[in-house]
Amino acid sequence: MNDSLVYDYETTAEMLAICERESISISELTQRREAIFSGISREENFEKMRGHFRTMRQSVRRGLEIVSSSPSGLSGGDAKKILEYANSGNALLGVDLTRLVAYGYAVLETNAQFGKIVATPTAGSAGIVPACLTLLEETRGIDENTLTNALFTASGIGMVIADKAFIAGAQGGCQAEVGSASCIAAAAIVEALGGTPRQACAAATFALINTLGLVCDPIGGFVEVPCVSRNGMFAVHSYLAAGLALAGICPRVTLDDAIFAMRDIGRRMPAELRETSKGGLAISPSACARCRGTSAS
Amino acid sequence: MRAMNISAFDVIGPAMVGPSSSHTAGAVRLGLLAHHIARGIAPFARVRIELHGSFAATGKGHATDRGLVAGILGLLPDDERLKNSLQLARNRGIGIEFREVDLGTDAHPNSVRITFFFADGETLVIQGASIGGGNVQLCRIDGFETNLTGTLDSLVCWHMDRPGFLAHVTGLLACVEANIATILTARKMRGNDAFTIIKTDSPIPDDCLSVLLRIPFVRQSVRIPKIS
Repeated sequence: MNDSLVYDYETTAEMLAICERESISISELTQRREAIFSGISREENFEKMRGHFRTMRQSVRRGLEIVSSSPSGLSGGDAKKILEYANSGNALLGVDLTRLVAYGYAVLETNAQFGKIVATPTAGSAGIVPACLTLLEETRGIDENTLTNALFTASGIGMVIADKAFIAGAQGGCQAEVGSASCIAAAAIVEALGGTPRQACAAATFALINTLGLVCDPIGGFVEVPCVSRNGMFAVHSYLAAGLALAGICPRVTLDDAIFAMRDIGRRMPAELRETSKGGLAISPSACARCRGTSAS
Repeated sequence: MRAMNISAFDVIGPAMVGPSSSHTAGAVRLGLLAHHIARGIAPFARVRIELHGSFAATGKGHATDRGLVAGILGLLPDDERLKNSLQLARNRGIGIEFREVDLGTDAHPNSVRITFFFADGETLVIQGASIGGGNVQLCRIDGFETNLTGTLDSLVCWHMDRPGFLAHVTGLLACVEANIATILTARKMRGNDAFTIIKTDSPIPDDCLSVLLRIPFVRQSVRIPKIS
């Protein structure tokens, strides 16, 4: 086989087959493929990804310090408040998962205030992967190299989603953004914890099949309500999905089928529910009242 | 033939200033590609930006307007000056006018048409779309269909539809060992105006561009650097 085609795939089934044939992780496959695809050395790609991880971590920290409102008035200060609750010793979800929610909030609050973030895969879903990886770093002592590798796990699967379905809310609704982010984060968690490519795909599948149908109906057209809380809450969703896969639970459908289902649902989704702010929550009376005079649409 | 034409960094990345990858970072990239083309032609002091679909509907809350202007001024997607780009344009004496437009059902929901007005009365019209995750495509330049994405170094040529054009250009690029990834040529009428985009795996050197402009039937040629 031509050297440049050894690591080539277009479905997650093919991706898994290569991983199992070569006895490598999804992250390893993605890095080998990327070096061939981009013509840029593996080391240079790794350093670029490490840079992205550091920007992500920074966006979490920055968001946890925000006390002021965003320009729209729809977000700001909640990440800090959730973190305080997490550390109170009385948090319903326990300290770690509550911090996870705070981290997801933090990135989106940073984003709403024109701070620097990394699109993973988009800005509206940029909180989920950083929240999960930052928490793994803090609670499991996982090092930066392993977490950088995990970002390649995430992109290995994310590329198939972007290629076969979509990652833009305007095309496929929120399932394409938060659904995809939650899906690739779940896989990243599994590989960061030493799980197999098959378990990573199971985790990704659990996350994706349970976000199908999510619409994109942001209030006033701002990436804030429900986006900020959704990033916090779906970071937990990724943790749950990873946990199910690590418990050895089988999702009963393949990841490719979940991706095709997401595409099918996205294609049937009315334009009003795909980032136009013309339906759903965006036109609810309380939303309209909040946005009077400041609406983006 | 590679199965997927996509990079790991299209999924994780770009590092950017929000709030939206498609509506803000994508807008900066669209503006930046347009900036490189326009700047390669002549200085400009007036720009019209027409927003279509979701860009028009939710553009303001996503700072699509500021993102496009930041790109048109040459800022990168992670430049925090994006926040004040409209003021920056005023400081630089560049007039910006916004309108809403319906570019038809074929247009991607996140589409924009940017018109540059040059001092000599000429215009440059660029239509592009933000297709998700900050990735973009310029689909039309001066009425010619294009596929410019900014992921590779590119050369954009306005020329007459004459035999031998591609032989001249590819010969020239061979001399400087610039490997060609793709070539797209479009024309409006046989023997008339034509337009070519050549994407290369490495930047095209300065002297190469000046030689290219001396080919008699080349009217205009502009280099577009790869956008990280």
